[in-house]
Amino acid sequence: MKYMMFVCTDTEPETELAAPDIDTWVAENDANGRRALGSQLASPSAATTVRVRGGELLLTDGPFAETKEVIVGFDILECADLDEAIEVARAHPMSWAGRVELRPFHDE
Amino acid sequence: MSEPIFREAYGRIVATLIRLTGDWTLAEDCAMDAVEAALQRWPRDGEPANPGGWLMTVARNRAVDQLRRAAVAERRLRELAPLEQPRPEPEGDDRLRLIFTCCHPALAMESRVALTLRTVAGVPTAQIARLFLVGEPAMAKRLTRAKAKIAQARIPYRVPSGPALTERLPGVLAVLYLLFTNGYDSSPERADEAIWLVRLLAQLMPDEPEVTALLALCLLQHSRRAARRDEGGELVTLDAQDRSRWDHAGIAEAVGLLAGRPVTGPYAVQAHIAAGHAIATDFAATDWPTIAAWYDQLARIHPSPVVEVNRAVAHGYAHGPAAGLGLLATVREAVAGYAPALAAEADLTARAGDPAAAAGLFRRAAELAGSDAERRALRKRAAAAGQLALGDAE
Repeated sequence: MKYMMFVCTDTEPETELAAPDIDTWVAENDANGRRALGSQLASPSAATTVRVRGGELLLTDGPFAETKEVIVGFDILECADLDEAIEVARAHPMSWAGRVELRPFHDE
Repeated sequence: MSEPIFREAYGRIVATLIRLTGDWTLAEDCAMDAVEAALQRWPRDGEPANPGGWLMTVARNRAVDQLRRAAVAERRLRELAPLEQPRPEPEGDDRLRLIFTCCHPALAMESRVALTLRTVAGVPTAQIARLFLVGEPAMAKRLTRAKAKIAQARIPYRVPSGPALTERLPGVLAVLYLLFTNGYDSSPERADEAIWLVRLLAQLMPDEPEVTALLALCLLQHSRRAARRDEGGELVTLDAQDRSRWDHAGIAEAVGLLAGRPVTGPYAVQAHIAAGHAIATDFAATDWPTIAAWYDQLARIHPSPVVEVNRAVAHGYAHGPAAGLGLLATVREAVAGYAPALAAEADLTARAGDPAAAAGLFRRAAELAGSDAERRALRKRAAAAGQLALGDAE
C-alpha cells in the first residue's frame, strides 16, 4: 500500500523534546524498503501555479494556496497498512518540528 | 433487536464477515438478513439448538451468495476463496478486532462512537443520529465516510500488541466512557448500551485491569440512576439522595470487580472513589479521608483542573473547609467560569461559617450553570445560604 507523506511546517512545533534525526530516518526506511522516494522541496516562493482556462495558459507566482503551514518536502511510503505508515511518520523529525499528512494512493 | 440473542450474535457475525470479506456494508447487511430470517422461521420451526451458530451460518451463506453473484458478474471468482474455504481461524475474538478498528485514532471521535454503536452493538443508524442530534441521512453519510476511510487508508483489522496496545487501549476506553457519560443522565438505554459494550470488552480482555475498572466505574455511576432526580425532574445532590433507591446489585458487582485487582490507571482510581460513595450507608458515614487520598492519587496520574476541584471538595469534608478552600485557591484561574468550581467554593465557604459570601458564590455559579436543572438547584442553595446570612445578622 502506497502513502504520500506530505511534510509540512507547523506554527506550534514540539519544543520540549529533541526530535529524531533525519539522516537516520532516511537511512533506516530506505534500507527496510518503506521509503520509495522522497525529497525536500524549495521554498513556496519558488513555486509556479499553472491553470488552463478557456484554453489559455494562466501562471501565478507562488503556491496554489497561501497558508501559514507550507509543504517543505514529501516521501512516498510503501507500507502494509496505516499503522505501519504512522510508525514511520512519527519517527520523522518533521512530525515533531512540523506536521506530516499521510494520504493513501487512490486504489491501485 | 432487543433480544439478547440477536444483539450478541449481530456483532459477532459482523466482526467475522468483515475479517473474511473486508466489506463492512456486506457484513452488516448479511447479519441483518440472518436476524430477519430467524424472526420469520423460529416462531414457525422452533428455535435451533445453537441459535448463534444458526445465525452465523445463514449470514455466511448469504455473503457467499452475494459475493458469488458479484464475482460472476465481474469475473472475480477467486475473491470467494476465503469465504468458501475459510482459512484457519485466527486467535482471539473477531469482535475485539472490530472494536479496535472502530476506535482507531485516525478516525474522528464522533465517527468512532457512531461506528462502534452501529457495528458492534447493532444500534440502528436512526437511533445513533438522534444521539448526535443530527438527521439520519447525515449520520448514514458519516458512517459511510468512516468505512470508506478504513478501506482507503487501510486501517488494519487487528488488535495491536505490546507497546502499541498500551498506547491504543486508553483511546478505546475513552470512546466507551464517552458513550456512557453521554447517555447516563439523559437516556438510561444509551447508558445500558455503553455498559453492554464495556462488559463485552471486559470479557474479551480479562487481563487488562483498566477495562474491568471502567466496567466497575460505569456500574457505580449507573447505580444512582433512580435517585439522581426527584419526581419533578430536579437534580438531587449526593447528600440528599435516597440511597435505598440505588441499584445495590450493581454496586455489589462493581465492588467485587475492584476487589483484589491492581490499580493501574485513572479508571481504577475513579472507580474506587465512586465505590467509596456507593458503600456508605448514608452521607454522614462517607469515608472522606480515604476518598481524599484516592483523589490525591488521581491528581498525580491524571492531573486536570476538574480533578483538582473534586479533590478540594473531598479534602474539605475529610480535613475541614479551610483545607478544601486552600486547594481550590491553587486552581482558581484554571477553573474560572466553571460552575461546579464556584459551587464547590460556595459550599466550602458556607461550611466555613460565611453564609453571606456563600450566597453570592452560589448565585454566580447559577449564572454559569450548564443546564436549567443545575441552575435551579444552585439558586435554591443561594436562597438557603442567604436566609442563613439574614438569621446571622439579626
